[in-house]
Amino acid sequence: MTSYLSLTKAMLIGLSRDKSTLFFTLLFPLFFLIIFGALFSGGQSSPSKVVQIGDVPVLDQVLAADPDAFDEVLELSSTDDEAAAVKMVEDGDVAAAVKQNGDQVQIFYSAADQTTAGIVTGVLSGIVNETNLQELQVAAPEVTITQVTASQVEDESLGAIQYLMPGLLGWAISMSGVFGAAMTLVTWRQKKTLRRIRLSPVSVGAVVGARVGNTLLLALIQLVVFVGVASLPFFGLKLTDYWWMAVPTVMIGALAFLSIGLLVGAVSKTSEGASGLANLIILPLAFSSGSFYPLEAAPQWLQAISYVSPLRYLNEAMLDVMVRGEGPASVLPEWGILIAFGLVFGFIATRLFRWDDI
Amino acid sequence: MSVSIRATDVRKSYGDVVAVDGVSFEVNDGEFFGILGPNGAGKTTTLEIVEGLREADSGSIELLGQSPWPRNKALLPRMGVQLQGTAFFERLTAREQLVTFGSLYGAGPKRADEMLEIVGLTDKAGTRVEKLSGGQAQRLSIACALVHDPEVVFLDEPTAALDPQARRNLWDLLRTINGQGRTVVLTTHYMDEAELLCDRVAIMDRGKILNIDAPASLVRGLDAPTRISVDSGELAAEKVAAIADGVAEVEDDGVALTFTTRDPATVLTALAEQRVLNGLRVRGATLEDVFLELTGREYRA
Repeated sequence: MTSYLSLTKAMLIGLSRDKSTLFFTLLFPLFFLIIFGALFSGGQSSPSKVVQIGDVPVLDQVLAADPDAFDEVLELSSTDDEAAAVKMVEDGDVAAAVKQNGDQVQIFYSAADQTTAGIVTGVLSGIVNETNLQELQVAAPEVTITQVTASQVEDESLGAIQYLMPGLLGWAISMSGVFGAAMTLVTWRQKKTLRRIRLSPVSVGAVVGARVGNTLLLALIQLVVFVGVASLPFFGLKLTDYWWMAVPTVMIGALAFLSIGLLVGAVSKTSEGASGLANLIILPLAFSSGSFYPLEAAPQWLQAISYVSPLRYLNEAMLDVMVRGEGPASVLPEWGILIAFGLVFGFIATRLFRWDDI
Repeated sequence: MSVSIRATDVRKSYGDVVAVDGVSFEVNDGEFFGILGPNGAGKTTTLEIVEGLREADSGSIELLGQSPWPRNKALLPRMGVQLQGTAFFERLTAREQLVTFGSLYGAGPKRADEMLEIVGLTDKAGTRVEKLSGGQAQRLSIACALVHDPEVVFLDEPTAALDPQARRNLWDLLRTINGQGRTVVLTTHYMDEAELLCDRVAIMDRGKILNIDAPASLVRGLDAPTRISVDSGELAAEKVAAIADGVAEVEDDGVALTFTTRDPATVLTALAEQRVLNGLRVRGATLEDVFLELTGREYRA
């Protein structure tokens, strides 16, 4: 027990002085959270610039009724020179130019920025259709009009951070679990620290146990930091009732990735090789398991692949209890799968464990 | 006197390469035992088999009456090992290093401070191992090997790559360790180190032990001629021939005039009579000559 504690402490002191590892396990994923969170938060895009060529009565009419009607979506300017307006669209100075000839509204857009062009065309068509409808209703009030109302299923105040935080946290935990275990094994073997430990009456269990203690502690710190940052008013994370179930979930997930790291450390000879192999494992896992974007948005084949990724189950379990508001029992299947991953990889890793490069 | 280590006909090969080829030796309690040989002679492999880090293909090892292979946890606290290169925990200070290794054996932090004192690193207690000089790191490594007060200490080329001053400091330390009654086994490729430190030396080459004895006995057993040199050009050629006649061979490289003789008294007396003793050097055989005699090759570490 003493030797286990002193190894844990030695590892912890070493870790706390290892700035690059701290950067890659804590700050680096946090940067992603901050950048993605800022990009996707609010969901508001700036109004698109549109230039009117001459008079466009259909727009003027709406503005006359409500001068602020386009504030959020369009920024209008006007010119009488059609050629100059088209040139502005070509140069990308404005998103579109619009002109009205009697009952024809013509929109000039550029294919260079199709997203903006699509938005502007949609908005302008919407305005024209709305005006047509209003006139139609006045002319024929007996015709029933079907209306569409779209509402978000979650609390409408929820932002993208709800999905980003658990996913990026899962990625951070998988990185520190795999890298931490793999690098400890390989550098300790390379520097002959393992050989030296082997010459003392210490069991393999104490060495691995020390790494387990460090990984769990690091995972908890990651959880606290991620939840803390995401809960800042700027990001506005809202946790659901059973969020505390994330604590055991994170620990179980960390152990599963630690066992993968032990395997990587057992088969790699150099620290360069170990870090390459760890990257080769983690990056595909992160992309296929919904760490960077919701898994539902991924193509079918990728979703199918995600079932063999332990990261998928960690992310899903954290989403369930932290933001989807599901009960504690909902994560039990994911726990089971993560524990199974941990046991299988852990078992293989102990079979392949080497004290020494002989 | 009882025996600490008994190696009997130990063999170890890696593929076609025979690293250790039938090595047998005994080390007594409290003895300072050296394994001397050029790089690649099989010293380190032999030592690692004795320590229980490797399994011998055949033969047997008895360390303090027990077998070190497979990993023998009862034996480990009784032996201290300083590895070639310095196996430390990353980013820990000298003191933290000793405290950690000590606690693996159940030794308290007080012992760490004692060891820092013994190896003269008290003022480096708070320095991280990466910042220590080669000699300091080597001394810390030895302190780590001694922190649990072992009966047998293994040192694998402890002075390799150290400057002369650091080597001398380390020799003093090694003598102290041995003086406290511990058995010390040292591998080295430095002849002078083996001659100065060891009670007995095993000369090893190409996986075999060629001879084992006290350094002085090895040299005496060689019955090698003595080499007497004086400054060149002090003595006329016919005088040189007269002195050398029948008792010595002469060589003059323009700097030193050297007589190689088995009768040093006669040559020295003659030189003294001629009053040509400027730059006088008298050299008996060294372990290098023993190596040359045993292998037929010049000793190149």
